[in-house]
Amino acid sequence: MVRHLIVSLCLAGLALIFAALVLGYAPDAALNRTALWYAENVAKDVGSQNVVTAIVVTWRGLDTLGEVTVLFLTAAIVGLILAPGHRPVDAPANDLPPTGELLQTGSRLLVPLILLAGVYVFVNGHLTPGGGFQGGAILASAALLLLLADPRHRFAHRTIETVEAVSGIAYVLLGLAGLAFAGGFLDNRFLPLGRFGDLASAGAIPVIYTLIGLKVGAEFASMLASLSEREGP
Amino acid sequence: MVTIALVAGFALILAGLYGALTNRNILRMIVSFTVADTGVNVVLVTVGWMPGRTAPILDAAVPVAEAAQRIIDPLPQALVLTAIVIGLGVTALMLAYAWRLFGATGSLDISKFTELKW
Repeated sequence: MVRHLIVSLCLAGLALIFAALVLGYAPDAALNRTALWYAENVAKDVGSQNVVTAIVVTWRGLDTLGEVTVLFLTAAIVGLILAPGHRPVDAPANDLPPTGELLQTGSRLLVPLILLAGVYVFVNGHLTPGGGFQGGAILASAALLLLLADPRHRFAHRTIETVEAVSGIAYVLLGLAGLAFAGGFLDNRFLPLGRFGDLASAGAIPVIYTLIGLKVGAEFASMLASLSEREGP
Repeated sequence: MVTIALVAGFALILAGLYGALTNRNILRMIVSFTVADTGVNVVLVTVGWMPGRTAPILDAAVPVAEAAQRIIDPLPQALVLTAIVIGLGVTALMLAYAWRLFGATGSLDISKFTELKW
């Protein structure tokens, strides 16, 4: 009880600081210099309609490569931590009743549609809100649906690993292609920028975001698979 | 508008911290951390909002020539995109460690783990 009181007091102090921040906050009336530079140069430099995508994939592309690396490490560590005690594939699950017809048919209907939605989101990442991370998360939600509908579902680990490895290597190779044929690492202009607003525009951004989407989807799916396949402690 | 979003974000941060500090169950602590994480993201996105402007997407509604006058700051959004992904990675790691702790001791009560206590 004393502990709750101390915690509440500390958080009340923090709330006072937050209240001062909220009361003193006024939104900017004009873009700051960095944002202004991005807004003025996005069309001619990167050719991507979505400014956030231009920042994430091109201007701050190295950070995104680091981010994908962090996700890869997370997936690898989750797999490593949960690997011992792997149940054999054909071992009986702990008395789970068989999945019903409704769930099986429903998930079989929904999974292709969810995959299509995910692919749409990351292929259009330079034109509409969305991108590789969002699309990859949608792809992985199809894997989650399969696991929820049938907890005994087993994924083809080899396929997931192959997709992840190939898209990761291709991502780095595209970055190196930017270094060789354009202005720098992960520069998207070694492919033609195309007409502003077309699906096949913005140089390498759609390709890179597709690779990121596949990689993120594969990583999330492998995390879900690792977590679900450890059924006993 | 902006005040509502800021207050909601800060309230989520406080609620998450309170949950993480007062709960003894590791799973509840993980959920609390994700709530606080969401609050930080809400605050960051709100700071990039500007009155009377639209999303940083230069489609038919926002001609390229007027972009500087019509869009909000895209940088906080790019930052939050990264923060969400990293937050998910951290949550996945916490869940995996929680699983291992449960496997080692059969308990998810944080006060049972006293090896690092002084």
